Amino acid sequence: MEGLVYIALFAPFASSLFAALFGMTERKIFVGIVASTLLATSFIASAMLAFYVYGTGNAIHVTMMDWISAGDLHIPFGFIVDQVSVTMMVVVTLVSTIVHIYSIGYMDHDKSFNRFFSYLSAFVFSMMILVMSDNFAGLFIGWEGVGVCSWLLIGFWYHKPDVSREENPSISPSWAANEAFIMNRIADLGMLIGLFILYWNIGSLQYDKVFAAVPFLDGTVLNAAALALFIGAMGKSAQFPLHTWLTDAMEGPTPVSALIHAATMVTAGVFLVIRANPLFSLTPEVSYFIAALGTFVAFFAASMALVNRDLKRIIAFSTLSQLGYMFAAAGLGAYWIALFHLAAHAFFKALLFLGAGNVMHAMHDELDIFKMGGLKKVMKWTYLYMGIASLALAGIPFFAGFFSKDAIIETAWNEGTIVLWAILVITAGMTAFYSFRQVFLTFEGDERYKKYGIHPHEMYGYVLVAMSPLAILAMVAGFGMKSFEHFVTKLLPDYHMSEHTHHIAWFLGLVVLAFAVSGILLAYKKYYHGLKRDEQLENSWYYRLLANQYYIPVLYDEFIAKPYAMISNAMWTKVDMKIVDATVDGIAKFLYKTGDTSRKMQTGNLSNYLNWMAVGAVLLLVVAAISAAAIG
Amino acid sequence: MIGLTDYLIVSAILFSIGLMGVLRRRNLLMLFFATEVMLNAVNVAFAAISHYYNDLTGQMFAFFIIAIAASEVAVGLGILIVLYKKHGSLDLDDLASMRG
Repeated sequence: MEGLVYIALFAPFASSLFAALFGMTERKIFVGIVASTLLATSFIASAMLAFYVYGTGNAIHVTMMDWISAGDLHIPFGFIVDQVSVTMMVVVTLVSTIVHIYSIGYMDHDKSFNRFFSYLSAFVFSMMILVMSDNFAGLFIGWEGVGVCSWLLIGFWYHKPDVSREENPSISPSWAANEAFIMNRIADLGMLIGLFILYWNIGSLQYDKVFAAVPFLDGTVLNAAALALFIGAMGKSAQFPLHTWLTDAMEGPTPVSALIHAATMVTAGVFLVIRANPLFSLTPEVSYFIAALGTFVAFFAASMALVNRDLKRIIAFSTLSQLGYMFAAAGLGAYWIALFHLAAHAFFKALLFLGAGNVMHAMHDELDIFKMGGLKKVMKWTYLYMGIASLALAGIPFFAGFFSKDAIIETAWNEGTIVLWAILVITAGMTAFYSFRQVFLTFEGDERYKKYGIHPHEMYGYVLVAMSPLAILAMVAGFGMKSFEHFVTKLLPDYHMSEHTHHIAWFLGLVVLAFAVSGILLAYKKYYHGLKRDEQLENSWYYRLLANQYYIPVLYDEFIAKPYAMISNAMWTKVDMKIVDATVDGIAKFLYKTGDTSRKMQTGNLSNYLNWMAVGAVLLLVVAAISAAAIG
Repeated sequence: MIGLTDYLIVSAILFSIGLMGVLRRRNLLMLFFATEVMLNAVNVAFAAISHYYNDLTGQMFAFFIIAIAASEVAVGLGILIVLYKKHGSLDLDDLASMRG
């Protein structure tokens, strides 16, 4: 079993190194094939581990080697495969394998094909370290590795110039990559502080030791640690107010978006909260804050998705919204439901992104859904996939999202947090509306793309086949809910609905369903038969507010980025140039000047030298006399 | 009665004369003479102090200095002759070739 753990972990790493060998050469198709095979190996190993853990109920704990051993600090490179991490491993490797295969088709015209696979596999490797580590330090390595890889991949087309957008002053892949990296850096500071607090008070970063010790800690310490860790999670999972990077990250290639959203990045924050559940369940205030913030983000992101015209950004907002749902569940104590939604969401969100990638490929990188329409004629498979994924996202019965999202909303009712419940229900309706607005605008109605001289075509056959497991999982994953609960609650605290909630569960489900269906119907009515633009609506203040993402990117630019640039500029010209540099330059200039002056002593005339020597001797005598007098 | 102080005064006067010679003279040969004067001024002081303390070490030291001064003059004069043959002058102002 130990061997399988290492295969699952290091196959993506081997894949990354292999692809890196060819990083600077032209496209080689076998690089993609080898990378995909290695990822598939990792997936198979993960699946075998999952069966083992499922069958025996035992966790596998391996320690590869010591990493840091200094004084009282012992941090090994240890890996744990238990119910939670094995779930993550299977989801991550499955989605990643499909994304790798997909990328062979999607990136086939890109000259940096090989480099792309190297980064992609490194991304998966970082995420595997993150989920498999048996201590917080290892998790933090994976956390940072994921950050670096996302930076490399979002900025993959770094040569593209800046473009001005309405809602964003200027944006380019390298800009978006930096934004993602810096936002995460801010949050990582919180994460680090959390780790320091835990280490300071417990003296270890091993999960088992930390979680055994937390019940004996002071409440203030626990709250501080939980809050600091959650700030880290907010950055990775793009919660308000650190959410802007997620939609801007759409500048990267589409497979990267699929990977970031479904498997390797944004789920890390939710994973952290689930992993540290013994800590968070002891801090009800922080947990309630998590739930409230999650609910707010769910609504907030969904509202921005309602009016957005960019195919990928709509999906990005929906991820943001679904992450909000996951945090709501985790904050309310239903950790296993959060994990279940994470897994189910990974399948249909990856499918949505890959479908969007097909559309983008067909439309020659056009993303404005107002310029699409009627694509179902040429892209019926993509239409089918995106339809399935959207049904799952909207929470239509018997698709994956129905079970998981319903459980979260039910939890909100069960906890008596009626406000959260109401917001989540309304958000479910909005989710259904924007998902189908996008699907109908893209695939149904009049063929607006003809005006722009685009000739769309369906994606390659093998890519469509590779996507099919995701489509199947998006349809059937929900039926595994009972056994999934049974499986993960061996490790996570079980969460049961109260008797009362149980009785009216059918009614609550019906309410959610009514909202979802009416959302779809509204989208059908407005967009199925083509796009009729409503000038009055589009110019109304609330439409402008949503289309500009509540002006938050502009606000950040005006009130953070610009003042910061101004301060930096002032520090550069005033402090650095005039004080720091001037001091250093002054010392150098002084030395030059004394050297230049004393150089004249060297006349080459022996007589002068002798005179100087006499002066020196006299000086020494005087010094000797004075010091003798002073001592005597 | 001539005492230690008188000898030391003579020695100091001689040393100063020698020093002035070293500082002011431009001719290399004269510089040599001046250094000899300085060395012998020190010898006078050594001999006088040696006698004052009834200790022969100082006088031995004076002999050493005389011996070393003799060998120094032998080597130095050789160099002077070569220099004179090369440059045709022993004036230090003419010999300044290593200007910084």
